Amino acid sequence: MPVNFGATATDLIRFLPEIILTVMGTALMVLDPVLHKRASHAFGHLSIFALLAGIGGAVYAQSNPGTAFGGMLVVDGFATYFRVLVMVVGILTILPSYGFLARQQAETSEYHALLLFSIAGQCMMAAANDLIIVFIGLEISSISSYVLAGYLRDDKRSNEAALKYFLLGSFATAFFLYGVAITYGTVGTVNLTAIRAALSGADAPPVVFITLAAALMFVGLGFKVSAAPFQVWAPDVYQGAPTPVAAFLSAGPKAAAFAVFLRIFLTAFGPIGADWLPLVWMAALLSMTVGNFAALMQTNVKRMLAYSSIAHAGYVLVALTAQSDTGTAAAMFYLAAYAFMNIGAFAVVSHVSGRGERYQNIDDLAGLGRKQPMMAAMLTIFLLSLIGVPLTGGFFGKFYIFKAALESHLVWLAVLGLLNSAVAAYYYLRILVMVYMHEPGEAAGQTEPLTPGFRLALILPALGTLFLGIFPTWVLDCAGKSATLVK
Amino acid sequence: MLTAVPISWFLTLSAVLFALGVAGFVFRRNIITVFMSIELMLNAVNLSFVTFSYHQKQVNGHLYAFFVMVVAAAEAAVGLAIILTIFKNRSTLNIDDVDSMKN
Repeated sequence: MPVNFGATATDLIRFLPEIILTVMGTALMVLDPVLHKRASHAFGHLSIFALLAGIGGAVYAQSNPGTAFGGMLVVDGFATYFRVLVMVVGILTILPSYGFLARQQAETSEYHALLLFSIAGQCMMAAANDLIIVFIGLEISSISSYVLAGYLRDDKRSNEAALKYFLLGSFATAFFLYGVAITYGTVGTVNLTAIRAALSGADAPPVVFITLAAALMFVGLGFKVSAAPFQVWAPDVYQGAPTPVAAFLSAGPKAAAFAVFLRIFLTAFGPIGADWLPLVWMAALLSMTVGNFAALMQTNVKRMLAYSSIAHAGYVLVALTAQSDTGTAAAMFYLAAYAFMNIGAFAVVSHVSGRGERYQNIDDLAGLGRKQPMMAAMLTIFLLSLIGVPLTGGFFGKFYIFKAALESHLVWLAVLGLLNSAVAAYYYLRILVMVYMHEPGEAAGQTEPLTPGFRLALILPALGTLFLGIFPTWVLDCAGKSATLVK
Repeated sequence: MLTAVPISWFLTLSAVLFALGVAGFVFRRNIITVFMSIELMLNAVNLSFVTFSYHQKQVNGHLYAFFVMVVAAAEAAVGLAIILTIFKNRSTLNIDDVDSMKN
């Protein structure tokens, strides 16, 4: 390794999104006493501006791809795809937060600063090419998310969500880190490309230790993506966390964790693919089954969406099991589609649940179709996409994942996955029946004024979902080109 | 002096400490103790890093241990703040009592 600790201009440009987000996050905290009360919306505007600048930075960095900081960071199509995805998720989280924070009379500056820090961590994960950088990005993202989950300090459920997320998240991180230490001990490096080279070389280190390390990292990342059997925290956290935060947690950190998952297992541990394969397919199968069957029994909408997010993590793991470029591209496409549809669904729930988040039960959605037809139409788009109905992003997401599984001769896994999707259709459709075929309850009747930000927060994910469903090739080409880089 | 003690002893100690941390996390009921168990796990990993670093005559492992310490400190700050709000709202630190969400 070259002993040169100075960062060159190229390094800094390749690190641009993280720099922009961190600087803006810090600036928001400094500006808090200056702008306080007078313009609580300003923090949201500034954050959106920073995220747009970050997306610009990520795209600009992509014009000259390569590694930075002595190979610790890599800017390639894969990194840029996920960087842009998590920043778009950030924007879609901030839009409904304007109204939400005002309703809960919560501070706005810290909220946005934490969100930006969390996204900076996720961008770092997306571009990491070194296990220690993965660890640091993961922690920046997680520590900010712990606070966000407990953002409503005086709300018991929000507290509880934060505590559970924090304890289980840190527990998982320790496992991941132990895996990193063992990798370092056996291979002598934590650089992903170097690990791959060492593992494919003639004098490869003992496969036992490497498999152990891979298993430990799998446990750590499994927690972060809420894959079974490490999913226990997800329902409580999603239910207790403020709704926009729950939407964020189900899309942003999850996409970043999957980015890391794909990169570590396909780049570094690619040569020992046969050894970790059983772990992944078992987790995939278990996540789909546990998630879908537990979701059937829920009465709380947020809790149901949490179980459904566990099931969706299972589908993405199927794509990882395929261990092919098609599989990687399918996972990338699916995560984008999932981000749009899930954030949209959570936004509707956030609107219906009203002040103090009182109305969270499935029964509370009764008659929404009659009282608020537009809101109900949006919810329909998102739920149909979560089921995987054609013309929505969810359909092509599932289609490409199962196609990749079939191409890799995982016929039974694809069949079980499809059966699972059929089970899932039941609980999503149950909501739609409630929305359109029941008499309106008190929750549907309350008409909170819709802020312009909130309208955008519904329309943009809906457009995204439909766009991915009608013109999937555009994003898929993008993903397909990048997928080959993860090796 | 260190050469007198084989590497494997350090690694075994590290593994034992990590296992103790896991056991503490699973079996203890006080939130503070659970949190301390997590710190124990992180420090067990640090011991591994430093041992491997010494063994391979590299300086990288030492640096990683420092990174881990910084992150653990940040985590402790946030974690203790969360535990404090829990205590303020519920007047208990027993983890079984913090379970209000089910159907």
